[in-house]
Amino acid sequence: MGRFTSSSRGRSAVRRLSVVAVAVSMAVLAGCGGAKVGGTSSTTTNAGGTSSGTVKKTSCGTFNLADNPWVGYEADVAVIQYLAKNKLNCTVAVKHITEQVSWQGFSTGQVDAILENWGHDDLKKQYIDNTHVAQDLGSDGLKGVIGWYVPPWMATAYPDITDWKSLNKYADMFKTSESGGKGQLLDGDPSYVTNDAALVKNLNLNFKVVQGGSETALIQSFRAAQQNKKPLLAYFYSPQWFLNEVPLVKVNLPPYTAGCDSNAAKVACDYPAYVLNKVVSTKFANSGSPAFTLVKNFSWTNEDQNVVAKYIAVDKMSDEAAAKKWVDANPAKVNTWLNGT
Amino acid sequence: MSAVSALARVQWRSVRLNRGTMVAIVLAGWVLLFGFVRGHDTLSLASADVNGLHTRLNDLNSSVGANRNSNPLFVYFFNEIQVGATHLVTAFQALLSQPANGRPLPLIGWLGVVAIATLLSWVFGNLKVALLALVGLLFIGLQGVWQPAMDTLALTIAAVFISLLIGIPLGIWAGLSDPFHRVLTPLLDFMQTMPTFVYLAPLTLLFLIGPATGLIATLIYALPPVIRITAHGIRTVPTGTLEASRSLGSTRSQALVKVMLPMARRTIVIGINQTIMAALSMVTIAALVAAPGLGQTVVQALESQDVGTAFNAGLAIVVIAIVLDRVTTAASARADVNGRGRSGNVGRFRRPVLIGGTVVTAVLVYLSYTYELAASFPDHLTIGSRRFGLDLGSSIIRASTSATNWAQRDLHSITDAIKNTVTYHGINPLQTLLDSSPWWLTFAAIVLLALIIGGVRAAAVAVLCLSLIIATGLWQDSMDTLAATLLATVLVMALGVLVGVWMGRSKRADQVIRPLLDAAQVMPSFVYLVPFVALFAASRFTGVIAAVVYAAPVAIKIVADGIAGVSATTVEAARAAGSNTWQIITKVQLPMSIRTLALATNQGLIYVLAMVVVAGLVGGGALGYDVVAGFSQSSLFGKGLAAGVAIVLLGILLDRITQAAARRADASTNTYR
Repeated sequence: MGRFTSSSRGRSAVRRLSVVAVAVSMAVLAGCGGAKVGGTSSTTTNAGGTSSGTVKKTSCGTFNLADNPWVGYEADVAVIQYLAKNKLNCTVAVKHITEQVSWQGFSTGQVDAILENWGHDDLKKQYIDNTHVAQDLGSDGLKGVIGWYVPPWMATAYPDITDWKSLNKYADMFKTSESGGKGQLLDGDPSYVTNDAALVKNLNLNFKVVQGGSETALIQSFRAAQQNKKPLLAYFYSPQWFLNEVPLVKVNLPPYTAGCDSNAAKVACDYPAYVLNKVVSTKFANSGSPAFTLVKNFSWTNEDQNVVAKYIAVDKMSDEAAAKKWVDANPAKVNTWLNGT
Repeated sequence: MSAVSALARVQWRSVRLNRGTMVAIVLAGWVLLFGFVRGHDTLSLASADVNGLHTRLNDLNSSVGANRNSNPLFVYFFNEIQVGATHLVTAFQALLSQPANGRPLPLIGWLGVVAIATLLSWVFGNLKVALLALVGLLFIGLQGVWQPAMDTLALTIAAVFISLLIGIPLGIWAGLSDPFHRVLTPLLDFMQTMPTFVYLAPLTLLFLIGPATGLIATLIYALPPVIRITAHGIRTVPTGTLEASRSLGSTRSQALVKVMLPMARRTIVIGINQTIMAALSMVTIAALVAAPGLGQTVVQALESQDVGTAFNAGLAIVVIAIVLDRVTTAASARADVNGRGRSGNVGRFRRPVLIGGTVVTAVLVYLSYTYELAASFPDHLTIGSRRFGLDLGSSIIRASTSATNWAQRDLHSITDAIKNTVTYHGINPLQTLLDSSPWWLTFAAIVLLALIIGGVRAAAVAVLCLSLIIATGLWQDSMDTLAATLLATVLVMALGVLVGVWMGRSKRADQVIRPLLDAAQVMPSFVYLVPFVALFAASRFTGVIAAVVYAAPVAIKIVADGIAGVSATTVEAARAAGSNTWQIITKVQLPMSIRTLALATNQGLIYVLAMVVVAGLVGGGALGYDVVAGFSQSSLFGKGLAAGVAIVLLGILLDRITQAAARRADASTNTYR
């Protein structure tokens, strides 16, 4: 009995399926003119340069570009990818990977260029000095600033808080469930070696370093602190698109002087300004690719990057649209990058 | 007879009482001694510091990077695997998701995929799950994430395919051979508890950035369930049946093929189901080494804290998981029926239906190969002069963004109070007791507790694991992680019992809650971490909550099954004897599912430990942060690896103690049956 019903149910299902199939195929053919995949009437534009006849000869080949996980870097990649694809006719393979993995990519031949490198002396030593698989192409024009920041409402309410000497006076305000009775200094992104624990000790601050663990944790904490007018002291950095949303205020530590950070355990001064640099694989540097010339010439300012990053992160534009908007507005700068390609 | 069992019950009660008293004595002694020796010999290591072992592991990592192009092991072994794995993934991508053979689109378009999935679900499952597959896939199309979803599906299919190819034979072997089973088990424990973050960066040195590393990372995590469950299926074939077949003169291999495999078929399908779920849970992490798919969408959206877009992509992962779960579960039920030898009759009626379905599917696949509308999922349809929008994704993104914003703005003061209460009265005291006692005191207390709760063997395992944790140089971080893990498990079990009892007693509650549990298990945790940090700040409590969200569903499901499994006649008898609902739950249903409760605790602990690293991303600190930092900084790689090993050791320690406790509970409850 049960078997019979189940199979009759199955048969009517087939009938229904056939009806659906016929209906769908009719809709496909009649309703929309039945555009064929890869046919001439095709409107797909994502095929890139392969189908269009207007592009000049291919000399670039594949350009492997590392995309590290922060929006500022994504902005670098957006404009370089846009130019390499549309002006130099390169096939750009963007790899979404973290910093350490990007450097490893030089040795496996899978990454041609890093556009925004923050320090990483150990990786420089291994891949540039020891194994020579990578080369330093120098500054990309960006200035990295690392330091301690407070949300803007605090700087207004307590004007002297931007001086490190007053931090102890306010330490009680910064207490949290995590800081064991002291003020909390929230550290964030695990990608950087910070001197914060040593700084707190050597400046005799009544604070405890708490590991936030990610950039996401830092940004959310600052956003909530500004929204709810809650105190927060945390490690942060510029250029960063979030500074456009909430203009954090930097706390001044004893100024950096050359060599003041040479002994990590004794550090009692601010972080140096980082010159962010471009790194390419040696293979790519010797390839004669026009994309290499583009990367070599590439240089822009923190403000430029913030504009593109805002297009992407706040205005929700696609990388390509954001890049096009900026490139169209800055022809002079772009032309110097394309010089010699 | 009944007098004997009554006696056994009384004895067991008194044993349990004694055990409870002993635990209390040990805890009291620990707290008392803590007062005198607090802060001595705590073996602490600051978060940026490393020890000699960690430095040696760093050097090992660098030398792999330096020698990969000259070492024959790479040239002839790893590179070959890399090429093979890449080919496999690319082949599935060409079918489902990426431009192939000079076409701008994959070989099978959305209509073809929907048709094939529906047909397969119907053939191997039933009409109900076929409908679910149909609706689920169309929903993903409407979400506007068809292409990345198919990339995810391609990677998942490739990983599951290899897992089964390796896992089922190994599982059969482990089912037949005790020595092999003993060797394999700790290895599988290791593969399942070692955080992926630890080996992800080194894996790219072996297998390069891209789908191959994504596939292999997924494989490491997804392979153990199918091996374990296949072995379990083979082992639980009743010995009577085996002996009967042997007495009829079948050889060992005949017994395997004709008796054991058919009888274990249902269990093996459950193993396949678990492997699929494990593979899907790796989607986001694999994205960190440029593996294609929905994980990429999630990770990139979260760079700009775009919770809406991340949620939309996460929801697509949930839909894929639920479809695959229901289809494989239906397939296992059918395998059960077929395994009992009813397949012949059903097959005769099914055949014409099957042929019809296949023909229709073939037509649809051809259409999806040829016509653009059937190939790439349209965002609108124009029929005559009317335009029909086919975009559900934008609404989902908008709705989830405004829900997140509302929660972050308006719930903050409540959530802050909750966080502070739990931290000051739960996490802080427990953590202080564990990490500020001298190591020898904590060590002795844990071993004594293991002895009381689990017995001599559990205590021996505790001694070994704790000694090895000291050797990793991360004792204090391990104790901090242990404190958070224990607290999270208490919360998990509280939820498990509350919701599990409700679901076990009410079929309707089960139907409503179960899909939510599935969603909580497969929704990538990265998605909900952003609002959690806003609500609970970057803190250890946020880490605990993330772990509870992930682990509670498992515990709830196990408890619900246990409660539902208590025989209805016993419950009726208790009701007839005048017990009210509360009495039935506390005096009958819970005591009778004590073994299930122990199992739920065990699984809850393991799942909580799986989230230690995620907790490290949101302020959990301790071992989780060590692993995260090791993934990001090559100078901390060795420390991250050591932290990963410490997490595995904590996992083995807690697993063996709770399993031993479960066995004891089992032995004593057997007298009821």
